[in-house]
Amino acid sequence: MTKYIVRRLLQMIPVIIGSTFLIFAMVFALPGNPLAGKCGERPCPPAFVEKFRADHNLDDPLPIRYVKYLGDLAHGNFGTTFQGLNVLDELQKRYLITVKLAVIALLFEAIIGVLAGVLAGIRKGKFIDNLVLVSTLVVISIPTFVIGSLAQTIFGVKLGWFPVTTPSKPGWYDLLLPGLVLGSLSLAYAARLTRTNLAENLRADYVRTAVAKGLSRPRVIGVHTLRNSLIPVVTFLGADFGGLLGGAIITERIFNIRGVGGYIFQSINSRDGTAVVGAVTMLVIVYLFMNLLVDILYGVLDPRISHD
Amino acid sequence: MTDQTGIIVAEGAVAQEADNVGQAQSLTQEAWRELRRNPLFIISLILIAIFLVMAVFPGLFTNTDPAKATLKLSATPPSADQWFGRDLQGYDVYARTIYGARASIVVGVMATLCTSLLGVIIGTLAAFYGGILDTLVMRLTDVFFAIPFLLGGILFMSTFPNTVNSGYWSVVSKVVLALSILGWPSIARLMRGAVLQVKPNDYVQAARALGASPWRIVRSHILPNAMAPVMVVSMINLGAFIAAEASLSFLGIGLVSPAISWGVAISDSLSLIRTAPWILIFPSIFLSLAVLAFIMLGDAVRDAFDPKGR
Repeated sequence: MTKYIVRRLLQMIPVIIGSTFLIFAMVFALPGNPLAGKCGERPCPPAFVEKFRADHNLDDPLPIRYVKYLGDLAHGNFGTTFQGLNVLDELQKRYLITVKLAVIALLFEAIIGVLAGVLAGIRKGKFIDNLVLVSTLVVISIPTFVIGSLAQTIFGVKLGWFPVTTPSKPGWYDLLLPGLVLGSLSLAYAARLTRTNLAENLRADYVRTAVAKGLSRPRVIGVHTLRNSLIPVVTFLGADFGGLLGGAIITERIFNIRGVGGYIFQSINSRDGTAVVGAVTMLVIVYLFMNLLVDILYGVLDPRISHD
Repeated sequence: MTDQTGIIVAEGAVAQEADNVGQAQSLTQEAWRELRRNPLFIISLILIAIFLVMAVFPGLFTNTDPAKATLKLSATPPSADQWFGRDLQGYDVYARTIYGARASIVVGVMATLCTSLLGVIIGTLAAFYGGILDTLVMRLTDVFFAIPFLLGGILFMSTFPNTVNSGYWSVVSKVVLALSILGWPSIARLMRGAVLQVKPNDYVQAARALGASPWRIVRSHILPNAMAPVMVVSMINLGAFIAAEASLSFLGIGLVSPAISWGVAISDSLSLIRTAPWILIFPSIFLSLAVLAFIMLGDAVRDAFDPKGR
């Protein structure tokens, strides 16, 4: 097991390099001049231009710039933005908020989603199944930004249950409604995935054996069937956490949350490559660790999948 | 062992004879019969047909010019003359909604086709052959997959920005390209997982023992049993892609005015949600119905083609 984890950690290195390079290359290719408008209504003095370009390695070709960036990164230096702000400081602030948001969303979808999926799966074709199917369909078919705006208008403005906008240092309660909105789409996926797999596995031979042995129904479903049915769901949820962090951008925009998504979007628009690459690198690392966790869980859920 | 194989072969021969005598029915025929009786399938097919016709011949549904603004009638509520009311610019919301179908449908269908094809092929190959190919493919999907979907889309669209002169189709194909490049790894991973679960099964081992070629094993034994999750997710994805196109419009980097699309209409009207909700509601309903139709179709097809579901 330890050997497996070490091997996986080593495998992460090329992935981190590959994805950051992809992002770096795309940011590099962003059209526009970071010096435009930097010095007010006159062109920047040549000496300043020269120093600025040298400081940010703007004149190096792409591979060299990338290697220099990686070198800095290896020392824990995320660099500075074109405005001279330290990227790491900003990232810490932003990530704290977005991770909170994503955790709310993930808990919401894991608990409610799996529960709804199980209820629907064991009563396939019955009322509760149709209820779950229809309500997940409704959630999936309405775009997040419409759900978000509606939720904000109804629960925030009209009913006043939740804050309409978010303070710069939000608490858990401030982020509750945005978190539910963020998790709603994935919740629908998780519920449907659980239902499909559970209903399929309920017809498997080992389930019939378990029933024939005289085990109680909760045990047959809860232990024997659910354990096997959860594998795709766990894969989905694990991969989704990274997606939630990055996908929070729309929710963050609606509820005025100062999170990572907004930071990246704003940095892309201001052509601030260092900030974009730094923020995405963090996202990539979080995503990779979640995946490793999921793969380790695989072995726990299904002993046929072994890591040795 | 040889005896067992003999029995299986003999049984196969008997089964084949029986097939020749009785009404021979392939899985596809049976599935088709099942589907025709499923009301959800019929409803979703009708909806999809309507949307397709709407996308190709919007003129069949309305005589109003969607680009004709009557500023005097800005934000008039729905009435007998203008069923869906008028938006802030005085455009007819009904005409805009009809003409808006094209962008969403094209983006959704094209992106789904590209991602599914890529994902199924790559995922199956990786799981079936395993070894170094599997490792390579998994690391490659990791690289793509590690980049958050929406942010990747934003970055892609910003790297190849639209100018005022960008044609409608160039923007649409850019959106499709962005969604496909970022979307295939999820399908590939799902497919790989499904194939890995199917591969150790007895019937696959039996086929291999009988000397079936790898292509035959994959086509006749693995794919039919491993496609269910990918089919569900692909159909759901079609909806997600339509919504993603709208999201890009919401962020101001997908299609933008003067292009007519549901996404543009919805994002333009979000700020009017409390004063003139009809501008938001009608395109939203159409968008949601389109998404819904594809999801229901996916569900019905999965149930019909899954032999275990009978």
